[in-house]
Amino acid sequence: MIFRSLIALMAMLPALALANTHEFKLDNGMRIIVQEDHRSPVVVSQVWYRAGSIDEVNGKTGVAHVLEHMMFKGTKDIKPGQFSRIIAAAGGRENAFTGRDYTAYFQQLEKSQLPLSIRLEADRMNNLVLTEEEFAKEIRVVMEERRWRTDDKAHSQVYEQFNAAVYQAHPYGRPIVGWMNDLENMTAQDARDWYKQWYAPNNATLVVVGDVDPQEVYKLAKKHFGPLKARALPDRKPQNEPEQKGERRIVVKAQAELPYVLMGFRAPALNDPENDWEPYALEILAGVLDGNASARLNQQLVRDSQIAVSVGAGYGMTQRGRQSLFLLEGTPSQGKTVAELEAALMSQVEKIQQSGVTAEELQRVKAQVIAADVYKRDSMFYQAMQIGQLETTGFSWKILKDYPARLSAVTPEQVQAVAVKYLVRDGLTVATLDPQPIDPNNTNKSQVNPHAR
Amino acid sequence: MHVNKHLFQSVALLALGLLFSLQALAAVKIEQWQTSSGAEVYFVENRDLPIIDISVSFAAGSARDEAAKAGLAEITNHMMTAGATGMSEEEISRRMADIGAILGNDLDLDRAAFKLRTLSSAAEREQALDIYGKIMQQPDFPEAVLQREKTRIIAGLKESATKPETISSKTFMKALYGNHPYALDAEPETVAAIARADLLRFYQTYYGANNAVIALIGDMSREEASAIAERLTAGLPKSARASALPAVSLPLAANEQRIEHPASQSHIVLGYPGVSRGDADYFPLYVGNYILGGGGFVSRLTEEVREKRGLVYSVYSYFMPMSVPGPFQIGLQTKKEQGEEALKLVRETLAKFIEGGVSEAELKAAKQNIIGGFPLRLDSNSKILDYLAVIGFYKLPLTYIDDFNKEVDKVTAAQIKDAFNRRIKQDNMVTVIVGTAQ
Repeated sequence: MIFRSLIALMAMLPALALANTHEFKLDNGMRIIVQEDHRSPVVVSQVWYRAGSIDEVNGKTGVAHVLEHMMFKGTKDIKPGQFSRIIAAAGGRENAFTGRDYTAYFQQLEKSQLPLSIRLEADRMNNLVLTEEEFAKEIRVVMEERRWRTDDKAHSQVYEQFNAAVYQAHPYGRPIVGWMNDLENMTAQDARDWYKQWYAPNNATLVVVGDVDPQEVYKLAKKHFGPLKARALPDRKPQNEPEQKGERRIVVKAQAELPYVLMGFRAPALNDPENDWEPYALEILAGVLDGNASARLNQQLVRDSQIAVSVGAGYGMTQRGRQSLFLLEGTPSQGKTVAELEAALMSQVEKIQQSGVTAEELQRVKAQVIAADVYKRDSMFYQAMQIGQLETTGFSWKILKDYPARLSAVTPEQVQAVAVKYLVRDGLTVATLDPQPIDPNNTNKSQVNPHAR
Repeated sequence: MHVNKHLFQSVALLALGLLFSLQALAAVKIEQWQTSSGAEVYFVENRDLPIIDISVSFAAGSARDEAAKAGLAEITNHMMTAGATGMSEEEISRRMADIGAILGNDLDLDRAAFKLRTLSSAAEREQALDIYGKIMQQPDFPEAVLQREKTRIIAGLKESATKPETISSKTFMKALYGNHPYALDAEPETVAAIARADLLRFYQTYYGANNAVIALIGDMSREEASAIAERLTAGLPKSARASALPAVSLPLAANEQRIEHPASQSHIVLGYPGVSRGDADYFPLYVGNYILGGGGFVSRLTEEVREKRGLVYSVYSYFMPMSVPGPFQIGLQTKKEQGEEALKLVRETLAKFIEGGVSEAELKAAKQNIIGGFPLRLDSNSKILDYLAVIGFYKLPLTYIDDFNKEVDKVTAAQIKDAFNRRIKQDNMVTVIVGTAQ
């Protein structure tokens, strides 16, 4: 009964969102997606570049992210740091983020301030000034970021090493933040080269969600981005990962109290959103294992057998590199080993391979999907994120419309089939954390009472 | 492009925008009443989305712990979702998942809260409210689950005790608050000492309707909201009003703690007891802190420590207004070799800020951001829900949201300087450095 009403709701809502989303393209190739949302007098504006760590080359890893930092360091007309001050004075919040597949810049503003954001983004798309002096300071900031994000965090180290083991040919094997040695040797010219290569209107998408008139946004974008010239973009080589010929294992030693295991099976990413079904089945599989508080891994490994203090499963289907992993992870309970937890995780996989999933579990996962599709409408930022991610990974935002229905169409047999086909040992990489105690001689406390200042 | 010229225009526009937003704020219509059980209700009707968001807050935060059983408040809050009226934790999570509802629980120094987000369609809403009401009014605290969760929590505490950010924040709060309950924090041995009877006692003492504040927003009428509020509180324990927390005594001397750690970065925290909710100095301190270290990329601390010298990825300062003064805190991380340099710079920046005050230009920029950005604070149901809970819990005026911009606009540079000089004693600050250069 409950599910039927949910599905009725689902049938109604996406049509609404679709009618409110508008797509434009400038002559220079820049794409503009506008989603109207009139609930609040605000707007989120994001410029997405199809330039992420996937586009980097050895020796210059991390340059996509370094350039992201440098984008705040001024243009011909705007002094270093001024971009942020101007947005702040307009009541705005702003920042940027770099991923494997993209770099994106965003502002959140009261709606009348949108022109400011569009003008400033158009300016720095074309007129960035990248000085040696600013670079020398900012590269140190990025190295601090790497220390904070990765070097001093045991699980981050495991994840970095895990990716390097999984991908030997494909650039997904390299950390987004870059290897420290590459950062130490990076130059301002490396960042300039990157900017020249990728920061062009034909490599960018503007996503605007908020209390706006789509035609007005288009006019604004045309006025400011329109005059920018398209540029030939470098070839993007597929760099497909060769077939994995057997299980891989690595161990990472790092300061921690508890061990940890991270397992990844090679799995397909979404390629043809019209006809593919496996990625949707893999997503449902991740939901059955870890999609809600009652999902299998938590129920069986944390609550029932108590072999783990925490467990997780995950899968992401939209990847520009067109390859993905099905991930399992966990921290064993005291007295249990990572080997025991790994075996327990595998036995959960085998259970599904042998006996499949119940219709009830499947419905539960689908209920989450449908509810999440409604809940996301409470966040303009999240909706803009979804559109931007799809557009930069080579899909259309339009697939969002069918996404809940495609997930709902997945059958128990399909979930079992992808588990059998992809969760196999020959495609598995396992990384374990070997926790290193903090030297007890090294934790001396000293207390002094100086005159501060 | 003539960006500079355009900028000039935008500043003029901003001044207009500022006036506009000072007036156009009564957009959130809050209704307020009391349930027959004595709980305070704060409600906003919003029919845009088929969603209902509710939070119920109790004066049952970690400040209600006792030292030997620190962690009791958190475990009680957590365990309430682990079984009620004979429903097992599995049943609770399964039945919530079946309808796509999200049940959350939350704890800070002052408050313990339960949050619910559900679709507003009748069947989903009914099932979600049924479980939500039961966990708050008839929790079972199953013994076996408690034992398992204690083990998990202790494992988590041991893990986090190896992390420099945990060590620094625990040490900081202990040094700042001494014997005050804000210093209390769970340790493996205090968690081990907690028994089911303690949870029952804590629940009976602190989860009464007269200690509850209910916030509701979304797709429901006032009558429906009223019925929901009655239903969620009618069966709460009959307990006395929670007593006021003890006053915070201010540090009388500087306290600097250095703790060695093998991480590559030093984690540095410094601070002083800050403000309570409703404090007369709140707005000058809030606006001043935006300029000092709250304003992201445009704050003085970020400018001096990150932008000019590249010493850190992140440096910030904030006031955490609580029932009694919560911490004023500055934090940063930098590689060990430059930890002393960064700390010296932070202290100099703070000294200059407190002694020299802020410029009119800085004040204007701060107001432009805070006032101009006000609509962003209210652009989703979940953000408004949090405001309702804070207004209710701390007995702030119902006009708090409407008055916010006016209060910010009134702040003067002289008030900021005066408030910081009176409230933040640089010579008596607490400083914690985890990870020191050899």
